[in-house]
Amino acid sequence: MADTTADNPHANPARWLVVAVPYLWLLLFFVAPFLIIFKISLSDTAIAMPPYTPVFGGWAAISDFVSELDIENYLFLTEDPLYFQAYMSSLRIAAISTFLLLLIGYPMALAMARAPNSIRPILLMLVILPFWTSFLIRVYAWIGILKPDGLLTLALQTIGLMGPDEQVEIFRTDTAVFIGIVYSYLPFMVLPLYAALEKMDNTLLEAANDLGCPPWKAFWKITFPLSLPGVIAGSMICFIPITGEFVIPDLLGGADTLMIGKTLWTEFFSNRDWPLASAVAVVLLLMLVVPIAIFQNQQKKVA
Amino acid sequence: MAKTLGPVKRKFSPWTDPASVPFIRFENITKRFGNFTAVDNLTLDIYEREFFSLLGPSGCGKTTLMRMLAGFEEPTEGRILLQGKDISGVPPYKRPTNMMFQSYALFPHMSVEKNIAFGLKQDNLAKGEIDTRVEEMLKLVKLEQFAKRKPAQLSGGQRQRVALARSLAKRPKVLLLDEPLGALDKKLREETQFELMDIQQTLGLTFLIVTHDQEEAMTVSDRIAVMDKGIIMQVATPAEIYEAPNSRYVADFIGDINILEGTVTQTDSALGAPGLVRIDSDGLSVAAEQECQAVKGDHVAYAVRPEKVRISQEQPADTSLNAAYGEVWDIGYLGDFSVFLVKMEDGRIVRAAQANVSRLVDRPITFGDMVWLTWSRDAGLVLTR
Repeated sequence: MADTTADNPHANPARWLVVAVPYLWLLLFFVAPFLIIFKISLSDTAIAMPPYTPVFGGWAAISDFVSELDIENYLFLTEDPLYFQAYMSSLRIAAISTFLLLLIGYPMALAMARAPNSIRPILLMLVILPFWTSFLIRVYAWIGILKPDGLLTLALQTIGLMGPDEQVEIFRTDTAVFIGIVYSYLPFMVLPLYAALEKMDNTLLEAANDLGCPPWKAFWKITFPLSLPGVIAGSMICFIPITGEFVIPDLLGGADTLMIGKTLWTEFFSNRDWPLASAVAVVLLLMLVVPIAIFQNQQKKVA
Repeated sequence: MAKTLGPVKRKFSPWTDPASVPFIRFENITKRFGNFTAVDNLTLDIYEREFFSLLGPSGCGKTTLMRMLAGFEEPTEGRILLQGKDISGVPPYKRPTNMMFQSYALFPHMSVEKNIAFGLKQDNLAKGEIDTRVEEMLKLVKLEQFAKRKPAQLSGGQRQRVALARSLAKRPKVLLLDEPLGALDKKLREETQFELMDIQQTLGLTFLIVTHDQEEAMTVSDRIAVMDKGIIMQVATPAEIYEAPNSRYVADFIGDINILEGTVTQTDSALGAPGLVRIDSDGLSVAAEQECQAVKGDHVAYAVRPEKVRISQEQPADTSLNAAYGEVWDIGYLGDFSVFLVKMEDGRIVRAAQANVSRLVDRPITFGDMVWLTWSRDAGLVLTR
């Protein structure tokens, strides 16, 4: 028998190290910050540095420390309807945006996947190209386009679709927020869809055709179901960050554009209520993580 | 009694009957992809209930020809008639042909029975009828227990059967098989070949198969079309293709063969009149009894298959004709056959195959032995093309 220790992953510390790196990363940059936020969410506001009590003390103070924690911040979230509305409005905006992204992104990805091999890298490049300028600058650029005396108004007036006294009234509305979100997140929707569609075997469609299924029907029976993993991946990658989006509604949205990211920001920086803001953040996280975990679990059962 | 070419598979030969009407007719078909001509002014008739093979190396246009019949490609020139009707421009989903793909192209998100039912559902058949037909198909390919499985949960052979069942479910007028057995191992492939023939006979369908495997084509087909560079070299029964190839290309493509180039020295044959044709091939005198239009002085090829060449250490009585002398250069032991490569004095190599009829041999011929190769006058063949 040959020496098998080299093949045994349990005997090789280098392998453990490779596996440990992503876990360590998650521990350091996700679990630890989350626990800190979670702890702050159970504290009380204070005019101090940092602006909450209790702060971590020595080991002897632990029992005192624990007894001072409570869930009143979470209770407050249920008392003021503002938070519930903000959560719901965020979910609504995220859902509509994701749907719009799918509607625009899917044909794009499909066209890319069906394009001749020679031009695919160029198309892929064009999708990624916007990343070369700062996200913030791109959103600011939309202000320039959408504001009442902006480029859009000018363009419509020039081609005569709009009188010289009229102006587009999109800026500082939900519509502007949708435009900004769809524009900013489009690559995140297109790329996973493209990945799923690109690896699809074209002979499957030929087989469907051959069996009497016209092309438009074959799309819904073959292409779409087989691209579902890409649809789900793209939707999640977009839906989750859109729900917590702050910059786009802040810059393009109006005073009545209610999103939880903005509420969070206000609590943290305007009201300096770190504990309440932390509670808002924790609830947002749970809202997104729990359904996804259930969904993933369900998927595993199906497979 | 007149001699015939090889065994006759079944009493079925509509192509010899001038009154029979072809089921499929490729009429002066040309297909170009850019500058490349895949199929070049090709005309071919296939008859109802025929098991027909398109045989050739990759890139010879056989798959393109099949794809034109399925409707995935349109001919650049010419037309395709199915039961006398021009089917040009009819989309694949409206053609009464079904195809079994080389990659099987099973729908990975559907179970075996859903895959088989797919084509039937497109025809809006009643659910009960679809169920019976699917059951029938599952039984035909012996996959009843696997109905609920997904393609990924099946072995290669089982997937192949699902693909076959799916393409047969709609009872197409013509079943197209694109390298159907390419992915199977040898044993399973041979088994499946006989099953395919069985199914074809039972259902009484017309099968058109594309393959580069000559053994497969020989086993299953009523007729074979040997293709090269977009044209058909020969259309004939397997026995004719093997025993009476019409060209060097066909002779060389099908099976193993010795080809000796030479010039006609004497001929008793003319068009329609078989006779002895003598050829001088660099000092080696060879002859064949056949019908041949070549005249004295023509450059021709003389072909003889290794299994028709006898090998012996004894000098034959007559060494003036169809006898070569040389040294055993190499031996290939194949179990059922041994192939001897004999190097003649001028360096040319002639192959002789000997059936290993008994397990033990008195004085086996081995490397370096000087041997005589002989063959009869109806073993060889003169090829003018």
